[in-house]
Amino acid sequence: MNLRDKQPALYWCGVALVAIALIALPLVLTLVGTAWVRITNLAILFIFLALGLNIVVGFAGLLDLGYIAFYAVGAYVYALLASPHFGLHLPFWIILPIGAFFACVAGALLGAPTLRLRGDYLAIVTLGFGEIVRILVNNLSSPFNITNGPKGITRIDPFRIGELEFYNSDTWMGILFTGPAKYYYILLLILMAVIVINLRLQQSRIGRAWVAIREDEIAAKSCGINTRNVKLLAFAMGASFGGIAGGMFSAIQGFVSPESFILHESIMVLSMVVLGGMGNVWGVIAGALLLSFVPELLRYTVEPAQQALFGRMLIDPEVLRMLIFGAALVLTMRFRPAGLWPESRHRQEFSGEHRS
Amino acid sequence: MSEVLLEAQAISKRFGGVRALSEVSLSIRRGEIYGLIGPNGAGKTTFFNVLTGLYAADQGRFVFDGVPLKISAPHEVAKAGISRTFQNIRLFGSMTALENVMVGRHLRTGAGIVGAILRDRATREEEDAIAQRAHELLTYVGIHRHSNILARNLAYGDQRRLEIARALATEPKLLALDEPAAGMNATETESLKGLIDALRADGNTILLIEHDVKLVMGLCDRVAVLDYGEKIAEGPPAEVQRDAKVVEAYLGGTVA
Ligand SMILES: Nc1ncnc2c1ncn2[C@@H]1O[C@H](COP(=O)(O)OP(=O)(O)OP(=O)(O)O)[C@@H](O)[C@H]1O
Ligand SMILES: [Mg+2]
Repeated sequence: MNLRDKQPALYWCGVALVAIALIALPLVLTLVGTAWVRITNLAILFIFLALGLNIVVGFAGLLDLGYIAFYAVGAYVYALLASPHFGLHLPFWIILPIGAFFACVAGALLGAPTLRLRGDYLAIVTLGFGEIVRILVNNLSSPFNITNGPKGITRIDPFRIGELEFYNSDTWMGILFTGPAKYYYILLLILMAVIVINLRLQQSRIGRAWVAIREDEIAAKSCGINTRNVKLLAFAMGASFGGIAGGMFSAIQGFVSPESFILHESIMVLSMVVLGGMGNVWGVIAGALLLSFVPELLRYTVEPAQQALFGRMLIDPEVLRMLIFGAALVLTMRFRPAGLWPESRHRQEFSGEHRS
Repeated sequence: MSEVLLEAQAISKRFGGVRALSEVSLSIRRGEIYGLIGPNGAGKTTFFNVLTGLYAADQGRFVFDGVPLKISAPHEVAKAGISRTFQNIRLFGSMTALENVMVGRHLRTGAGIVGAILRDRATREEEDAIAQRAHELLTYVGIHRHSNILARNLAYGDQRRLEIARALATEPKLLALDEPAAGMNATETESLKGLIDALRADGNTILLIEHDVKLVMGLCDRVAVLDYGEKIAEGPPAEVQRDAKVVEAYLGGTVA
């Protein structure tokens, strides 16, 4: 924080280095394998989700186990408005806000009846909500075929800006830009915006009201906070991030089906928030990156490692992955219960320096 | 402007078989410190909870500042101008002292989501004003040097002061303090008395629940005594202290 004022040269050098690294990342990863660019893109989508859920769980302290439902809403809105399924092909910059809006409405719908619930009760209702949405998309194929049921929706339009297509490779200035690499850049841009929005929300009147509710709801009410509205706002804001992420997921994958929105995904996102550090934007980002990349790394290393050591596969990589994942969560909660990078509010200073 | 700020008219509240409040009526004048005393379990905190909208009264009503008080929700009561502290301190533990007071400004400010995201000029100015006012209030209650410390890490006496600062941030017409000296030692109590005196001098009207007899005697203009949910006496502290019923209630109870 202070580095910027004390050593501006050093600070801006650091910023420039990070920027160059982020810009070069997909090009380097492409050399390793395009799969890694895809994994990175998915990781960024999970950062969106984790940051959205962080508003609800981390800031406002409302446990939500059905968060993936908003991702589903965003994904299906995109799929329906940009695929041969209904013959609609709207451009993505129109659909993403629509998806965010629908997710936002879904968030308010979930929020409204659950306002009086806390803790375990809220967790159970939100879990049910997540399942309802999944089962709805699974079954809305008759009598009118809206979601195409378990078969899902295919051939979803990729992003397109004028002449620029996002699904194919292009060579510019002698450098090969694959489809996923191009998506990466647009995801990175949106990610910057999402991070700024989250940091600003945290340091705002509404952000403080969310945290106040989390800390002590009765005191928050007595301080004049309309807890009903402020909680609804948390649900709606969190959901709209999920909706945007869902829309991008649809476009990048080109295919959606109910299978992508199972409870396991909600739990994954929640784990990212909890592991990283509830309420701390940077911690949550770290959590999302860790839980996105480490399992993939294991996927690519566990099998060759076993082959090299024992000459054959002893343990199924999937089993080992879950084992390590579980152990990591248990250890974190044991030794760092507030997450790897917990929220800290004491270093904050305000521009309006004390003048009395 | 009438002299009476708050008038409670026959407030009753039961919890199952317990009559926590039976037809309690009292009126608080502008600018005074009104004490509410009585043995443990007499119904004092319940009176606060009903007044501030945390519990619904079974019967009775309040007239506040000349109009009937609509107690639909606690935040409405705060908006009408009644702010309180809690017997068992309720701060926002993992927020700094400064932020706790800033939350108190929520009611009197208006920035929404869009303002928060865009950080336009109006929002920034409002935010600066909130911080500025919070700093002033922390100075006023005497804990400004701790403004960046998490509320839960503050010393006990400072937590009580912080709760008062947070309550003041809502710009109350009536400040209701529930045992602000509970758990304090003699020096802390003495300095708290100084703060409450200053509050009165600055024109605040205060409703004070307190067990510390010395504090009540030294501060209150008038007191009401509750016993088993009933108001058994009311008047200047020196008179009430001699009231036969009051003496009996206290001797019969556990608190001397
Ligand atoms: N939420 C509640 N549910 C059931 N009974 C309650 C509740 N709140 C208070 N009571 C009962 O109402 C009566 C009055 O309690 P109250 O807390 O108002 O007393 P008090 O005068 O504040 O006492 P103290 O000096 O110990 O704080 C007590 O008998 C108490 O047990
Ligand atoms: Mg009490």
